[in-house]
Amino acid sequence: MTVVTIPVMPEARFELNQRRAQSNCKALFTLLDDVKDPEIPVLSIWALGVLQNVEEINGAITITLTPTYSGCPAMSHIRQDIHTALNAAGYDQIIIKEQLTPAWTTDWLESTTLKQLQTYGVAGPDAAICPQCGSVETTRISEFGSTACKALWRCDKCLEPFDQFKRI
Amino acid sequence: MAISKEDLAEFALRLGDDSLIHAQRLCEWTSHAPMLEEDIAIANTGLDYLGRARYFLQYAGNLLNKNEDTLAFLRDASEYRNLLIVELPRGDFAVCMVRQYLLDEFECAYFDALQYSTDPQIAAIAAKTVKEVAYHLRRSREWMRRFGLGTDESRHRAQTALDELWGYVPEFFITDELEAGLVEAGVAVDRSSLEAAWRHRIGELLAETGLHQPDDSWKVTGGREGIHTEHLGHMLGEMQFLQRAYPGLEW
Repeated sequence: MTVVTIPVMPEARFELNQRRAQSNCKALFTLLDDVKDPEIPVLSIWALGVLQNVEEINGAITITLTPTYSGCPAMSHIRQDIHTALNAAGYDQIIIKEQLTPAWTTDWLESTTLKQLQTYGVAGPDAAICPQCGSVETTRISEFGSTACKALWRCDKCLEPFDQFKRI
Repeated sequence: MAISKEDLAEFALRLGDDSLIHAQRLCEWTSHAPMLEEDIAIANTGLDYLGRARYFLQYAGNLLNKNEDTLAFLRDASEYRNLLIVELPRGDFAVCMVRQYLLDEFECAYFDALQYSTDPQIAAIAAKTVKEVAYHLRRSREWMRRFGLGTDESRHRAQTALDELWGYVPEFFITDELEAGLVEAGVAVDRSSLEAAWRHRIGELLAETGLHQPDDSWKVTGGREGIHTEHLGHMLGEMQFLQRAYPGLEW
């Protein structure tokens, strides 16, 4: 018997995707696809779920962001990069808002994003599979890793250490 | 029931100061932990606390018309409202982890309840915090087991830390007049209501690890009124130096 698992998209991610699909600032969303997480440059802030909304309100571009971890130092870089990207496209009135609820969760990472992560060398939050050799025989070395969002693991097969995106 | 802006600001300041002072103590460990992985773990935990401190201090600052840096770096010791346990010197690694464990067990229950606060900003910060705290607790519990079930030395050090910190714990559970008013308005959580379950959880883990629950023969309180230990002033001397030497400095 073949078991087919249909991944269920969390409501918040569904709403986020709907917001973008129905936005009248679609071009700006596309523009901001170039803004990446400075720690994991393969992931855009959109894929991460940090970018929550883009609106044009009274001539100002209003960006809503949800931080991953409370103290994540990447947030200030991300703000700067958003300013740079929008300035280069000719926008100079920019307001960046921070929204804490719903609180960010790794559930918002879609399967394509998880694949990108694994290829980049970071295991996804659900299974610590070695990004080097694909082995599932792995051991956690520490709950915390090189950044606030990662834990440190070691592959028991190829013996290489690797990062895992912490499940939160 | 209507609550005053001042009371809400004071409440946010208390929670902000708990996080800020604890973050500073944790960051003192950088490059001093027993091994690299723990060095990173302590610093990462500190970062979570620093982020939480900023949210609460920004909120208090908005209500008081001050900015977060002024609140963090330009108050004197008697104006801080943190719990005393977080300002105690960093001690050895057992003190670090036992303190973290006592705090984690409390904070897990506290922020879990606080995320239903009627104040939307307090609720939002609490909802964010509760996830991070659950993660911290997993690690601190693990260390308690290692200490208790490890060597004579680790057990001895953990027990000493527990004995030294135990009298600072009652402060977790004090709901004073100000917080009682906020509890009535649904903004705050009644701290005293969390004590029995906290003691139960601590008791279970200590029994499992062979560590003894200290007796309740002494306690020290006063942080919420600004009556601090002598350690806070020394810590602030280092923490505030840059802002006082170069007023208005920003990164």
